[in-house]
Amino acid sequence: MNPALHDVLIFLRSWWVELVCGVVIVAVVPLAAGYLTLMERKLMADMQARLGPMRVGPHGLLQPIADAVKLLIKEDIIPDNADKMIFWLAPVTSMTAALTAMGGIAFGPAFLVARDLNVGLLFVVGVSSMGLIGIMLGGWASNSHYSIMGALRSTAQLVSYETAAGLALVSGLLMAGTLKIRAIVDMQSGDHVWFIFLAPVAFFIYLVASIAETNRAPFDLPEAESELVAGYMTEYSGFRWACYFLGEYSNMILVGAVATTLFLGGWLRPFSNVSWMNWLDAVPALFTAAVGVYCVYRAGKQPVRVQVWFMWAVALACFVVALPLGLPIVTALLKFKFLPPGLHGAYLFFMKISAHIVPGLLGGFWFLLKITAYIYLFMWVRFTLPRYRFDQLMHLGWYILIPLAIVNVLAVGVAMILKMEYGWNRWLAMILSTVVTLAAAFFLLRWNDKRAAAASSAAPPEQPSTEDSYAG
Amino acid sequence: MQDDAAQKQTLLGADELVLNMGPQHPSTHGVLRVKLKLDGERVRGTECVIGYLHRGVEKIAENRSYQQFAPYVDRMDYVAAVSNGLGYCEAVEKLLNVEAPPRAKVIRTIMTELQRIASHLVWLGTHALDIGALTPLFYCMREREEILKIFEKYCGARLTTHAFRIGGLQYEAYDTFEKDVERFCKDFERRIQEYVDLLTGNSIWIGRTRNVGVLSAADCIALGASGPVLRGSGVKWDLRKAQPYAAYDQYKFEIPVGTNGDTYDRYMVRMEEMRQSRLICLQAIENIPAGPILGKVGKVLKPPAGEIYHAIEAPKGILGYYIVSDGTTQPYRVRIRPPSFVNLQALDKMARGHLVADVVAIIGTLDIVLGEVDR
Repeated sequence: MNPALHDVLIFLRSWWVELVCGVVIVAVVPLAAGYLTLMERKLMADMQARLGPMRVGPHGLLQPIADAVKLLIKEDIIPDNADKMIFWLAPVTSMTAALTAMGGIAFGPAFLVARDLNVGLLFVVGVSSMGLIGIMLGGWASNSHYSIMGALRSTAQLVSYETAAGLALVSGLLMAGTLKIRAIVDMQSGDHVWFIFLAPVAFFIYLVASIAETNRAPFDLPEAESELVAGYMTEYSGFRWACYFLGEYSNMILVGAVATTLFLGGWLRPFSNVSWMNWLDAVPALFTAAVGVYCVYRAGKQPVRVQVWFMWAVALACFVVALPLGLPIVTALLKFKFLPPGLHGAYLFFMKISAHIVPGLLGGFWFLLKITAYIYLFMWVRFTLPRYRFDQLMHLGWYILIPLAIVNVLAVGVAMILKMEYGWNRWLAMILSTVVTLAAAFFLLRWNDKRAAAASSAAPPEQPSTEDSYAG
Repeated sequence: MQDDAAQKQTLLGADELVLNMGPQHPSTHGVLRVKLKLDGERVRGTECVIGYLHRGVEKIAENRSYQQFAPYVDRMDYVAAVSNGLGYCEAVEKLLNVEAPPRAKVIRTIMTELQRIASHLVWLGTHALDIGALTPLFYCMREREEILKIFEKYCGARLTTHAFRIGGLQYEAYDTFEKDVERFCKDFERRIQEYVDLLTGNSIWIGRTRNVGVLSAADCIALGASGPVLRGSGVKWDLRKAQPYAAYDQYKFEIPVGTNGDTYDRYMVRMEEMRQSRLICLQAIENIPAGPILGKVGKVLKPPAGEIYHAIEAPKGILGYYIVSDGTTQPYRVRIRPPSFVNLQALDKMARGHLVADVVAIIGTLDIVLGEVDR
């Protein structure tokens, strides 16, 4: 055999899982990001008393596809004075970082993980931070004032909030005692509790910091459209813009996945250790089936035949997904002996299949559900709150979130020691640590208010000079 | 006055950055162009470049008869066309020495107050959007739509209404006019609470508006600022009370004033003005007098030679018309005092020393309409 071909085969044999995962990530994540935009627009429309996208496909279900096609066939503009090489490189960097980090995430217990690294969480957080480089380069290469200001804001903001987010993650990791993604979830399964209940403050800090990290409102200053037009993306159009956009939404999925893994019990079902709650295993199948039934119901009301077909297709897809998810129901039904004895073979067969694939599928379902809920929170906040000003953002980051995160790490650490060395009750220790952190937060806020009040009373608002900077 | 050299020194000793904001920028409310002189993100000076929407409205007036010119004034402050029309019609009536009949006056008052609410709603929505709150805009547009529907039913137009005629009204109020206004006013009380819930107590909103763009009462008067900008600084000056026109002397209402003259105070003043306008509308529909709607004016208007100045309290401030007649059917000269144009002068004073994000908030709080600034 050709030695080169042999090497390639060896390579493929040892890396095929990772390669398949990579292909799946590149294929699926952009689609998911596209549908996140649709979800965002629909939710926003719902909260703002309008309908949102309704034209492309039933209820705008094909809108992301249309948007993607539009972006791909748009004229590709590179400004004359831009640094072309960097201008080209920047969005790709951003997108690549986000997609690569995705590889470290485990979406389910059995599969869907590119590689369970021993530094899993660190890898994910570190690589996703590389996206910042793309933003910086893009802002610089555009050679535009708006872009550079957006990039500067973004850099300062990400550096500040990565710190808070990292410290919040440390609080969770103290309890997990490992960086391996799968081990973290196993830990929560073994402890019979999700870490959000043991360290609620850490989760909250991570929530706020991750909103800031993904540049979303109320921390969307880098691309504040009412101030900086579009921030670092101002000069980008077409596919390059789509790359940035993709990177951003992938990042949302990523922080959602990290929070889910560390704080929300990963792919664990609610009450995963309580046997009489096992009926919850049927929820995924019933849920998907219900969506399918709803699609069938709505299909008859679509005005255009294509849309009717599309609805039927969605319904079919739902039923197809519901089938494997529903295996636990089938096996549970077959377990009862009222079935004819001829079906015993079928029972064993189903048992075998479901033991192999069902936990993974169900885990994936719960994991995605939790990520979606997390992202829903992001969106809800975005539609409700006004935007912070830059100095206020920095103030919040450095004066409140980071000190609070440090206090929280210390408190959680002390609680861990109390539990492990002195045999304290877990809940008592954790409630104590939470109370300590909340008290710290209270004093921090009081102190900040006092400081602000003192500053405003000591120095009356800066008297603007009357000098005419443009006279003459 | 501080040391000039120290003022010119930037924080890091770097060059100042001149950022061109507009004329095509999402939050300059039209085609305003502001040159910002920045030290980092801190504003060290601004310069407004206006005129992108100049249409020579005042010059056009010299070649049109008095009636022909009336629709043109709608195109100045296109967000509050009815108020513009009221000011012009009353100015010409003063010149002709005729008076609109009582019924016309009351209907004019109702329409103008509805227009004030609509104008403030547009201000609130866009101002909140500039500061980053996406949702209030759509709620505001929903309420404004109800007002525009009333306008549409009344005169067939929604935006540039040309609702009034010199000497009174062209159209009689339609059958369910009172009922429509009443229903709107009843709903509006509940709706305005939604904006209050979203913004008034929101700590980010307060942080973004408190102590931003502070304008003292003396500054306001020196700059000639009027309307909510003036009242936000604590000066109780409202032409509806000070020099009553239309039917305002018949109704009871308060003039809200602020204390600090910052963006938050102006926000509170405008919110309260909407509530007061609602009360005026409710009082007015109680008792609309019967009678003719058009006073004794001829088909051809030929005012005696002379000059007149008439000002009203438009939603954005004092809107004045100075008309010189040479005794022919066309005005010799029309000069308009637009509130937006005068208020815009305060931008430089308010923006210095603040951040870029505040400039957007300040442009929003001044509530300018470029159609009126440029005319």
